[in-house]
Amino acid sequence: MSSTRQEWLDSVFAKAVGRAPERQPRFETSSGAEVQPLYTPEDLEGWDYHRQAGYPGEHPYTRGVQPTGYRGRLWTMRQYAGFADADESNRRYRYLLEQGQTGLSVAFDLPTQIGYDSDDPMAEGEVGKVGVAIASLEDMERLFAAIPLDRVTTSMTINATAGILLAMYVAVAKKQGIDLKEIGGTIQNDILKEYIARGTYIFPPKPSMRLITDIFAWCREHVPSWNTISISGYHMREAGCTAAQEVAFTLANAIAYVEAARARGLDFDSFGPRLSFFFACHNSFFEEVAKFRAARRLWARIAKERFGARDARSMMLRFHTQTGGATLTAQQPDNNIVRTALQALAAVLGGTQSLHTNSKDEALALPSEQAVQVALRTQQIIAYESGVADTVDPLAGSYFIESLTNQVEREAVALIERIDQLDGAVAGIEQGFQQRQIQDSAYRVQMEIEGGDRVVVGVNRFVTEEPPVEGLLRVDPAVGERQANRLARLRAQRDGARAAAALTALREGARAEQVNMMPLILEAVESYCTIGEICNVLRQEWGVYREKLAI
Amino acid sequence: MTVDELAEGVLRGDRRLLARAMTLVENRTPRGRHLLRLLYPHSGRAHTVGVTGSAGSGKSTLTGALTHELRRRGKTVGIIAVDPTSPFTSGAILGDRIRMQDLTGDHDVFMRSVATRGSLGGLSEAVADLMCVLDAAGKDVVIVETVGAGQDEVEVARTAQTTVLVLTPGTGDDIQAMKAGIMEIADILVVNKADLPGADTLLGHLRALLMLNRAEGWQVPVQRAIASREEGVVELADAIEQRRRFLETSGALETARRERARHQLLAAMRSALIRRAVGESEGVSRLEEAVERVASREIDPHTAAEELIEQVRER
Amino acid sequence: MTTTEQRQIRVLIAKPGLDGHDRGAKVVARALRDSGMEVIYTGIRQTPEMIAEAALQEDVDVVGLSILSGAHMELFPRVVEALKARGVSDVVLFAGGIIPEEDVAALRALGFRGIFRPGASTQEIVEFVRASVEPRE
Repeated sequence: MSSTRQEWLDSVFAKAVGRAPERQPRFETSSGAEVQPLYTPEDLEGWDYHRQAGYPGEHPYTRGVQPTGYRGRLWTMRQYAGFADADESNRRYRYLLEQGQTGLSVAFDLPTQIGYDSDDPMAEGEVGKVGVAIASLEDMERLFAAIPLDRVTTSMTINATAGILLAMYVAVAKKQGIDLKEIGGTIQNDILKEYIARGTYIFPPKPSMRLITDIFAWCREHVPSWNTISISGYHMREAGCTAAQEVAFTLANAIAYVEAARARGLDFDSFGPRLSFFFACHNSFFEEVAKFRAARRLWARIAKERFGARDARSMMLRFHTQTGGATLTAQQPDNNIVRTALQALAAVLGGTQSLHTNSKDEALALPSEQAVQVALRTQQIIAYESGVADTVDPLAGSYFIESLTNQVEREAVALIERIDQLDGAVAGIEQGFQQRQIQDSAYRVQMEIEGGDRVVVGVNRFVTEEPPVEGLLRVDPAVGERQANRLARLRAQRDGARAAAALTALREGARAEQVNMMPLILEAVESYCTIGEICNVLRQEWGVYREKLAI
Repeated sequence: MTVDELAEGVLRGDRRLLARAMTLVENRTPRGRHLLRLLYPHSGRAHTVGVTGSAGSGKSTLTGALTHELRRRGKTVGIIAVDPTSPFTSGAILGDRIRMQDLTGDHDVFMRSVATRGSLGGLSEAVADLMCVLDAAGKDVVIVETVGAGQDEVEVARTAQTTVLVLTPGTGDDIQAMKAGIMEIADILVVNKADLPGADTLLGHLRALLMLNRAEGWQVPVQRAIASREEGVVELADAIEQRRRFLETSGALETARRERARHQLLAAMRSALIRRAVGESEGVSRLEEAVERVASREIDPHTAAEELIEQVRER
Repeated sequence: MTTTEQRQIRVLIAKPGLDGHDRGAKVVARALRDSGMEVIYTGIRQTPEMIAEAALQEDVDVVGLSILSGAHMELFPRVVEALKARGVSDVVLFAGGIIPEEDVAALRALGFRGIFRPGASTQEIVEFVRASVEPRE
């Protein structure tokens, strides 16, 4: 009998490998770290349960931020949706709520995200395509028609124009007669990852960071239950980075936001509890579970040690998860249901607060209603049938999971240190550091797939001939025209003097650095200024950002 | 399309034919040389500006902003933006248009991305020829933006009448530029990203350095700019204009013109000789043969070169 | 020594429309570069006019476009028009992104000779480009 792992490796294991070699010369995590054939107590030498795992709801929150895990309340099942115009999306939301979904997640079209009106030439072809077109408060009113905003929480994937869409949401709530203290939800509001990976930036970093900190300050006073930012690793992961890079770049961005807010005189604990996070969940099951646990532990330490947090809530990394869009295949799309289920399971075992499961047809088009239903059912099966939600952090103490958690954390810490040396996330972006790292990882994965070293079922192995998929959702091409007509009517009917005055005030505010932009944006929105009008004023004052090419 | 038709198109300002002509010239084909022969007499009117500086100094952004200013002054502009060729694959990614994309809609600006390509004959010669084509096409100002700020850039910058060196605070750019010998040939110094810490120190350092003025009597201005906000570009355009006037009135332009002509002629002779000696497929093996002999110390490089050239004369 | 008269393939890679998902475009750009081509990369948010003008000025042999937002049936025809309006008729066009099978025929009719849907390999794209570029001086 072996008494150490080495002994076992040299004897029993070596003999077995001698008879039948392993499938691969080397097994690796997404970052290329070697995965051992076996994990034992030796891997956790020096590992201190209380310091590194701890109890749920207690520092360092490795085992979760909720003391009861999912025994009290399940995660929020939140499907990202939105397309065409406000009326059509409103119908989809009401359908999802009837189906048992517990929160809304709004997808906006690209013109809305980049600050162009639906009738702007730059918006051509894009209106209503990847989300709903919202050009003015009037659209927003129709989007939430018959949905009482004190009864749902709403997550909005919106960044460069986050302040404007939040102002519209607030204006709708006010019109519904709801106390602003009663509305809850999240805006993504994470511009740094837009520069790095997602691309819906408008302004250069400096004024963009100002807008974000203005939102932090304004919400604390007026919409205290609002999550003012969702610091997102998701899109960087989708762009190709590894699990450890996802954690590192996300937390490095978080550090940049905290520092920007503190530079404007905000105390960390005054906004720390309202920071939220958003990660992807990809296929490498155990590494993904470990990633979530490592991110929680690392953030708790950063909040406490780097920023001197006193409020425990400032140290809790709460996050939304979306399964990996980039892992979906156009080939044999039914397989995507299985991929999504595995990823969703990893997210739940990692302790996510809310979850979006991708639909099987998303490598081909926007999801059809039937595909969305299967995706939601996947979550419900995990929640109600699998039993994995019945105890807190069930994988803790696994030699492999704890080792991987340490590993991801170690790699992330090293990367954050490198970014610190570059003078922080913004400077890193300006030098193309994060972009280059992501590019390199993406290229490596692509080459591995093409070389057959990385198997993608249905793509480079187990390929079958199949007929083209039918029944894909297509956005009505007339949406653009309908939106243009509505906008023309709006501009003709609104109080022109009030709108013009609001834009003038906005321009002056943009020039004065110490002014909070939010009240000015709210007034512009309530005067029915359009998103394009508001952004054009800000573009003129602040300029636009151009991407840093890093190939 | 005949070379004459192409040349005519270039002179007429046909953008499509200008683009095609630049390809021929860049590819150094016999037709390209023929074309240059036709266009050269029509060149010499444009003011040529080299923009050089280390990677990340904001050269492209500055070039874009400068072009906007030149357009406001009614000047037509040609831009050659150079990016490096990968020495391993001989491919290149040319990304300078990203920073100049708002110029794309203006038909009086013509921009061309050029890879360094490791060809014999040298980048500076190719760039000089491409500038000649844009010049003949009637551009008032032709700007060439280099890859970085090393030895190669000195050569490229020398082909322009005015060289703008772009530096940024806190990067040690000034030290690098001095080492590369580019500080000596810069006619205008720009400290870009002047809102970064260390800008004033760098400006002071540069001004102190330039107390030693150049012999020709041109006072090298040291300017600050924030290209991303188009700050400092009016001053830069003014300085370029002053430089042009200085060159014209001081007679330096004539001297410089001859200097450049000499330089280009020597470079052209060099490549013509190389082309003839080893340019054809048979010649390549002659070159390889000679390389072997030199490498094995059988013969010294000077004697080998004489032999190769001698063979050309014999043929 | 490479003979200086050798033909260099020049490819323009651009993303029309507003989507910022450039992972594919960048991976393709890099693969083309690594196979020895010169790639003019103009990045995201390119209007049809910007793309056509860049293709003209850069005198590229091939133009590759990528869209993931679903706007391809609106924007690709506009790029083709803008190229025609400039007399750029001899470039090889290819497209990539989230393009449903049912749009492929229409895009081919429009002049797209290569259409690469999710799962396509960079090797296919490199080979397509090499094969489609006719020897030109």
